[in-house]
Amino acid sequence: MGANIEIRDAFKTFGHGPRAIQALEKASLDIRPNEFVTFVGASGCGKSTLLRMIGGLESLSSGSIAVNGQPITGPGVDRAMVFQHYSLYPWLTVLDNIRFCRQLKAHTRDRTSADVEKASGRADALIRLMGLSHVAHAYPNQLSGGMQQRVAIARALMSRPPILLMDEPFGALDAQTREVMHDLIRHVHRIEGSTIVFVTHDVEEAIYLGQRIVLMAPRPGRIDTLYDVPLPAERHQDMKLAPEFLALKRGILERIRETSGMKTDLEQLARLSAAAADLET
Amino acid sequence: MSARKGAEGGRSPLWQIRTAIDPRQYWLLALGGLLAPLLAWGLASSLDGVDKVFLPGPADVLSRMWSWAVEDELAGDVAISTWRVVAGWALSAVIALPLGLFIGSYRAVQALLEPLTDFIRYMPAVAFIPLVMLWVGIEEGSKVAIIFIGTFFQMVLMVAEDVRRVPLAQIEAAQTMGASRGEIIEKVIVPSAKPALLDTLRVTMGWAWTYLVVAELVAANSGLGYAVLKAQRFLQTDKIFAGILMIGLIGLIIDQGFRLLHRKAFPYLAGRH
Repeated sequence: MGANIEIRDAFKTFGHGPRAIQALEKASLDIRPNEFVTFVGASGCGKSTLLRMIGGLESLSSGSIAVNGQPITGPGVDRAMVFQHYSLYPWLTVLDNIRFCRQLKAHTRDRTSADVEKASGRADALIRLMGLSHVAHAYPNQLSGGMQQRVAIARALMSRPPILLMDEPFGALDAQTREVMHDLIRHVHRIEGSTIVFVTHDVEEAIYLGQRIVLMAPRPGRIDTLYDVPLPAERHQDMKLAPEFLALKRGILERIRETSGMKTDLEQLARLSAAAADLET
Repeated sequence: MSARKGAEGGRSPLWQIRTAIDPRQYWLLALGGLLAPLLAWGLASSLDGVDKVFLPGPADVLSRMWSWAVEDELAGDVAISTWRVVAGWALSAVIALPLGLFIGSYRAVQALLEPLTDFIRYMPAVAFIPLVMLWVGIEEGSKVAIIFIGTFFQMVLMVAEDVRRVPLAQIEAAQTMGASRGEIIEKVIVPSAKPALLDTLRVTMGWAWTYLVVAELVAANSGLGYAVLKAQRFLQTDKIFAGILMIGLIGLIIDQGFRLLHRKAFPYLAGRH
């Protein structure tokens, strides 16, 4: 399980002519099978664009992205995606949302009774894995945001995708729920063995989840720095306070401030408050 | 929704912005809102010096409605008018639903048809009457055609908008699960837009009724709109009132029917308790 992703000079502009916006400068990156990579960076750095390009939801202006050597041309069942919100089908129960892909022709080529049985077993297993047994027959509107995201993850995992793409999936959740989801998604990574590419603007989340962090910078969007996370494969919440964790967090935050122009903003703010203090005296 | 007490110093939630109020208070206010104008009407019409030709009282209108029902053809007028409205509206829906679905789903179809529809919908339906008479004739078809013209172009645009409001994430999730274009329309866009579409059908049904009087301008000899027009000729003000109220009442009943259907058909819209 798990597939490798080769990104070669991926380049993206939106619009045409002089008003075109360069969303992503030629980016190259290799993601190993079964790797957990997190993309982090200030808004406008192209992290979501790059993820959507891997998912086939966004075309490349030039360059290429290949999965296991096969260049991608559009969305495919080998790359499942989890969105921040509004992706569940409110008219279907939790169980039917998770089984949604079974209605699609792409998943029903081999329809022996054994396959059907395996699929229904898969749905049940995912419901247990995600802790959704007590709400299997509820509708998404009846669930909290955290539970809704569990359904979205289970649905994405239903077809055993070798690659799982996650676009700020926990961005709308409260801090406590998010911690629970972090341990859950790490567990999923361990037992499912998918390659996971995870986009976030939360540096702590990026470090705690990722084996490798891709820091991206804006104007124009580009890959800035790669970091290996010096944490063991088994992780627990206490590690967020470990010195090596904090040192990495400091380094990444510093770099984000430098690349996003936030540092100059802060300096200007300091100058302004100094000037205001002068006026008062 | 919990009533926000305490924080507001125990003040009544009646005048708190967007705050839920007690259901009993709600129904009392709704009843008051309906009865107050009726009362005002009754009072105004009973004043000295008010000619019944200008303002008949509620009792006059009610008795006129009664005689219309007993001695004349109220039931028949209601039936034929309802048939015309529903036929024109249904014809609109049959064409507007698929067309709006395509306009909302494909930018090319949108570019081709939406500006045109936007243009036509500003044309007054009344002005089409001579053309309709010329092309469709003066039979039942012409009344249906006027109601169709009045509702169709608005309906297409509303359906397209309902379809465009389907969250992109729902569509993209299906794409990443390997859904084909046909499957996305059939299994995501249509079921996702259904509640909004039913609302659009409800609202356009209301508009269809407002075109009834216009439609029955065309060589009609039956129907509620025709009755109102004829009463106007004979200065039967009470019958004009009765006809207008009858149309309003039918509209209210149909609207409530749609709302009930909405609640029954989409139970999943009810949120967390």
